[in-house]
Amino acid sequence: MIQRLFPHPLLSLILWGIWLLLNNTLSAGHIVLGAVLAIFIPWLTSSYWPEKILIRRPWMLVLYIFRVLFEILVANAVVAKLILGPQKKLKPGFLHYELQLTSPVGIGLLANTISLTPGTVSCDLTKDRRYLLIHALHIDDVEAIRAEIHRKFEKPLLEIFITC
Amino acid sequence: MLEWILAILILIGAFFTLVGSIGLYKLSDFYMRLHGPTKASTLGVGAILIASAIHFSFKTDGVSLHEILVTLFLFITAPVSAHLMAKAAIHIKVKQVERTRQLEEK
Amino acid sequence: MLNLALSIAFVMVGIAILLSFIRLIIGPNTPDRILALDTLYINTIALLILLGINLQSALYFEAALLIAVMGFMGTLALSKYLLRGDIME
Repeated sequence: MIQRLFPHPLLSLILWGIWLLLNNTLSAGHIVLGAVLAIFIPWLTSSYWPEKILIRRPWMLVLYIFRVLFEILVANAVVAKLILGPQKKLKPGFLHYELQLTSPVGIGLLANTISLTPGTVSCDLTKDRRYLLIHALHIDDVEAIRAEIHRKFEKPLLEIFITC
Repeated sequence: MLEWILAILILIGAFFTLVGSIGLYKLSDFYMRLHGPTKASTLGVGAILIASAIHFSFKTDGVSLHEILVTLFLFITAPVSAHLMAKAAIHIKVKQVERTRQLEEK
Repeated sequence: MLNLALSIAFVMVGIAILLSFIRLIIGPNTPDRILALDTLYINTIALLILLGINLQSALYFEAALLIAVMGFMGTLALSKYLLRGDIME
């Protein structure tokens, strides 16, 4: 019964939060209306969300988000310095990153994180979902970039998302 | 005190927005240009939006948090559009700078 | 203090918009132009929010949100068009 009523509890929670933020209020009417929408929208669209998102440790996810925010701040300073400096020195390039993650949501989150942080943009995912094609603004050492991505982002994500 | 924080946030935001556009204007090939806007602009607009949220929270009684929504939206959508643009550019084989490091065979 | 910072910020964001507009015009190929449009709408959001603070009005927020949604959709549609040669399938 609970399963049928809330096919995606996380989606419901996020929708409810967004409705309250959008109206910028905490009045009783909007809380009820938001709750009604948060129940009905996932219910109506549940056939478009075939897989369940399994999060093992929600607290790790919150920690991860704060870590990413911090990394974004650092990355912006680095990228600003690279952009404003002489560009003859920049050595851009492509590299493959071998994924250990298998859950689609995890891969998506990792790709987004890579795009938001130090001088790297994720460009493509190979068909078999094993390699991520990354473009970096400045490469000194390819292995160092791979190791950094693995240490900072993929490891926490591996602990958060279980393979379905 | 509050004015100072707001002023600093606004200036940081405007500076990073400008850096993003300078990167877009100055760098030499498409893939490098992609880096400027996707990072600098999101943080720039984010800082300005946070300044706006603080400003309206103190001006009116009650908290004004809906600016966070735009920030959140931009942080989610910027990497997605960057990813798609890069994919499109690879698909139609946009020219790269000669010093670009190529992929190793695997 | 706030007014001075706002004036400087207006000038900086204005220059940013001008630079992305130049890239939109000279951009050697289509992805460059899409990227310039993307940057242009993000800069416009910054300008609108600054205007909202300057005029002490929260009305501009809705416009900024709409620009964010529509701009993202536009970028997505244009990139998809380059990738597939078609938007709807």
